[in-house]
Amino acid sequence: MRTLPEPFAAWFARRGWTPRPHQLELLRAAEAGDSALLIAPTGGGKTLAGFLPSLIDLARHPRAEGMGALHTLYVSPLKALAVDIARNLTIPVEEMGLPIRIETRTGDTPQNRRARQREMPPNLLLTTPESLALLLSQPEAGRFFGGLGAVVVDEIHALAGSKRGDQLCLALSRLASLAPAARRIGLSATVAHPEPLRAFLSSSGNPADVRLVQVRGGAAPELSVMLPAGHLPWGGHMGLASMPEVYRRIQGARVTIVFVNTRAQAELCFQALWRLNDDNLPIALHHGSLTVEQRRKVEAAMSAGRLRAVVATASLDLGIDWGDVDQVIQVGAPKGVSRLLQRVGRANHRMDEPSRAMLVPANRFEVIECAAALEAVRAEELDGDPPRPGGLDVLAQHVLAMACHAPFHPDDLYAEVTRCGAYAALSRRDFDDVLRFVEDGGYALRSYDRFRKLFRDAEGLVHVRDTRVARQLRMNLGTIVESPLLKVRLRGGPVLGEVEEWFVSTLLPGDSFLFAGQTLRFEALDAMTCLVSRGGEGDPRVPTYSGARLPLSTWLAARVRAILHEPRAWGELPPPVQDWLRLQRHRSALPEPDGLLVETFPRGGRWFLVAYCFEGRLAHQTLGMLVTKRMERAGFGPLGYLATDYVLATWSAFEPTEVARLFEEDILGEELEEWMAESSMLRRTFRNIATIAGLIEKNHPGHEKRPRQMTMNADLIYDVLRKHEPDHVLLRATRQEAAGGLTDVARIGLILARARGRIRHMRLSRVSPLAVPALIEEGREWVAGGAEDALLAEAAALVEEVTGGEEIFAETLADVTEGIRVRAGVVDRPRHAGKPGARPRGERRARFAPGRA
Amino acid sequence: MTAAPIHLAGERLMLDPAGILFWPAGRLLAVGDLHLEKGSHFAAAGRFLPPYDTRETLLRLQAALRRWRPARLVLLGDSFHDARGAKRLAVGDAALLRHLLEGIEPVWVLGNHDPLPPDALPGQPVAEWQEGPLTFRHQASTAPGQGAEISGHFHPKATMPTRAGGITRPCFVADARRVILPAFGAYAGGLDAGDPAIATLFPRGARLFLLGRERLFSMPAAPARRRLRA
Repeated sequence: MRTLPEPFAAWFARRGWTPRPHQLELLRAAEAGDSALLIAPTGGGKTLAGFLPSLIDLARHPRAEGMGALHTLYVSPLKALAVDIARNLTIPVEEMGLPIRIETRTGDTPQNRRARQREMPPNLLLTTPESLALLLSQPEAGRFFGGLGAVVVDEIHALAGSKRGDQLCLALSRLASLAPAARRIGLSATVAHPEPLRAFLSSSGNPADVRLVQVRGGAAPELSVMLPAGHLPWGGHMGLASMPEVYRRIQGARVTIVFVNTRAQAELCFQALWRLNDDNLPIALHHGSLTVEQRRKVEAAMSAGRLRAVVATASLDLGIDWGDVDQVIQVGAPKGVSRLLQRVGRANHRMDEPSRAMLVPANRFEVIECAAALEAVRAEELDGDPPRPGGLDVLAQHVLAMACHAPFHPDDLYAEVTRCGAYAALSRRDFDDVLRFVEDGGYALRSYDRFRKLFRDAEGLVHVRDTRVARQLRMNLGTIVESPLLKVRLRGGPVLGEVEEWFVSTLLPGDSFLFAGQTLRFEALDAMTCLVSRGGEGDPRVPTYSGARLPLSTWLAARVRAILHEPRAWGELPPPVQDWLRLQRHRSALPEPDGLLVETFPRGGRWFLVAYCFEGRLAHQTLGMLVTKRMERAGFGPLGYLATDYVLATWSAFEPTEVARLFEEDILGEELEEWMAESSMLRRTFRNIATIAGLIEKNHPGHEKRPRQMTMNADLIYDVLRKHEPDHVLLRATRQEAAGGLTDVARIGLILARARGRIRHMRLSRVSPLAVPALIEEGREWVAGGAEDALLAEAAALVEEVTGGEEIFAETLADVTEGIRVRAGVVDRPRHAGKPGARPRGERRARFAPGRA
Repeated sequence: MTAAPIHLAGERLMLDPAGILFWPAGRLLAVGDLHLEKGSHFAAAGRFLPPYDTRETLLRLQAALRRWRPARLVLLGDSFHDARGAKRLAVGDAALLRHLLEGIEPVWVLGNHDPLPPDALPGQPVAEWQEGPLTFRHQASTAPGQGAEISGHFHPKATMPTRAGGITRPCFVADARRVILPAFGAYAGGLDAGDPAIATLFPRGARLFLLGRERLFSMPAAPARRRLRA
């Protein structure tokens, strides 16, 4: 096929367009009935390429109204994107006068429209994975999807490999059973590994069944690094020192997107820019904790060309194309080359022109990281996580949804599920255990038989018990687990957005904090709302979000190591960074190519140990478990650790000595299982899995107003289950998923063998220049050893000492205390932070809050 | 494990790091908020929590009974998560519970979760229990009488500041007139001792005893201040 049929050819010609090769290629695939994956940089007419075959087919064969009208289903990770694409598609359809009805269906779609859609489906339906899963759980899904000809999955690179991707993958498999003829089209940004995406799309799980259409990127992006005019900070990752330069760049461009890495950083940068904004340029803020209405307002203003800049987090990584954006500024280290290129691609959406982007390192270490990232971009070296198997928790949700749709036979569902890429390797045992879990909990030693949600009939078909179960499922469908959130409401005014509950628990009335771009004064807590007023005195705090603490791998470790190891190459680096590295050599040492530099120093009442391994975050994560276990054995009282791409840092109650012992190969022989099971990583993983699998509900029928009445502490459940049934399917799922965040122990053995006899231990009186940036990284883990009790003993003894036995309720003291004696000699350089009886600073989480280290 | 003695109303009471209270003179052991059958309560509502919470709680109780060998066991209410909890006990768990109660005199103080006496279990159900100068209640009274009061209900926990950050544990809350016990049940959560619901019961401040592995850790709690949340 060289050209398009009429009226499409004429419409293209009227616009002065010629069909692009990949658009024709997708058309050919469609004519052959083949599925296809299109990988193209932004600005390549990707979306239109995905829809053209459907539009042409519908133009030739219009469909009657009623059931069977649905021709093409479009799934996007973002509601806003679905809405925007629907709008864009209406233009050609109306201009060509095609008989095609287009509608969206998302969480925001009103109930009456949903009901109408079920009776009268549109020809093109644009939706999200969650809304699709809901549709598939309806009894009439078979008739609704029966005539489906194509499924378009947009931004597939952002979905595959995540739990939302698992959910979508299962939904696609179900669609293949309902509409076997439906083709699949995947649209993806440039990625490192296209094969897993093909497997994801394939209806057999075999990547070869999906045609690969790859568009090589047009002009190479123009990237540069921008430093602040004044002092370049040692630590900190907010990048505020560079805001004057960022502001000047905004003045010099038409439209700028300023990308940052966390929501807290977005708030701070936005504030800083407005303080500099003498010209009153329209600069907006966009992040995931603002209300939907507010985000829509910003997006609309951006589309209408009313903004000069928007400060954004990953909330704008995907989504609507704005042709006018001519500059992208990345503040803080780019977290990965693929992600950097995708962000850069948001500027100048024309393939033939290069995108321009600026990297703004926030500290001296990030300058090196940025230099390494530029090298990687020049070498066209992409990165990304390798594929992982689909989660059993998502499968549990799916099994129940399928039972709500219609009775099924377990053999059939197993066959259907294993036809999708993520679950191709699912064992029958795991499937059966998940099914049993959904039925009645699947516990070995005691059964919940009389509360079962599913029952089997004489023919072996599985039915759902009643509509209440279905209602419960639909209220909790979805795979996004958030920490408990509280709404932030202006007293007598609108809701501004949401912050995490633990953050509010650390506020006193009168405290001020930055949110939604303004300084707010905390007034009171009212049920599920945090009441605030404008203004407020003192240094405002910045809400942090545990979601923002998701550590990201940059995959730049090898390049950064090479730069550090080669002082002759430092000439490329700006002078302040060179000075900083020289200072490191002077105060401590530089990491050598052959050997392992380990620093120890006291800080903030704890002892830190930083090992410069440069083996990547996953390897360091595993090493962190092993080393802290050995530290526990040695009596150093480990409290937590942090794995970055470059270093492993641990902190402990007491000084770690004989450091070489901590990195001996025999640490692999420690009994690790128990230690790992206690770790915060496993507990966190279990919490998410238990929520998605339906053990802990986000919403419960009849309890919408007081959701907390029905929440259970996942840690308590975890402890009981681990003790009484360690092989339960949810614990197996937890271990399997956690393993994805670790490296196998054999590889650690190699690292340790290399370090043997070559450990250089620097015992310092304070943090070294090179360790500063590592300590502000996110993703801290705590360990559950005896250290907490040792610290409590110390603190209790200190209280006794400080108060000299004189208590606040002195007159009753003699009655109450017969004293609890404390072992002498356990106090190690005490620096008692809080006053006795000071308000608790939140729980564990609070003390590991990012940005306060 | 090392228990901490305190003196209330002239009586010596032992606070055990397991979160229970023993009165040697009365050979009486008090245990708060077992919440037995909480798992099956949730299961009935469609959430299949691991059904081992009752077994786990009873095993902990067994260890406590072996340690103190009391003549009387006062269960401070919310012993079952709901009024029908005792009926749902698994056969094995019910047998273990009966075995544990053999030879001691159980007193079931009724709580808000379990306002009805437990079926088919030995012991006497009471609204509150008086012995010597001590009154055992489910929920602390805002107008306590003479003597001292031992209660549960609130599931107190507290965060102790240490040089390496705050550490949160379940705790006893005590002053010269009353002690509130932490919850004992395996699925029982906690409420911060600074919460007004607890703090207002201690207008002149209190002493907190945080549970440790082997011992308790004590710190004072300031009198209820203006930090009350609106």
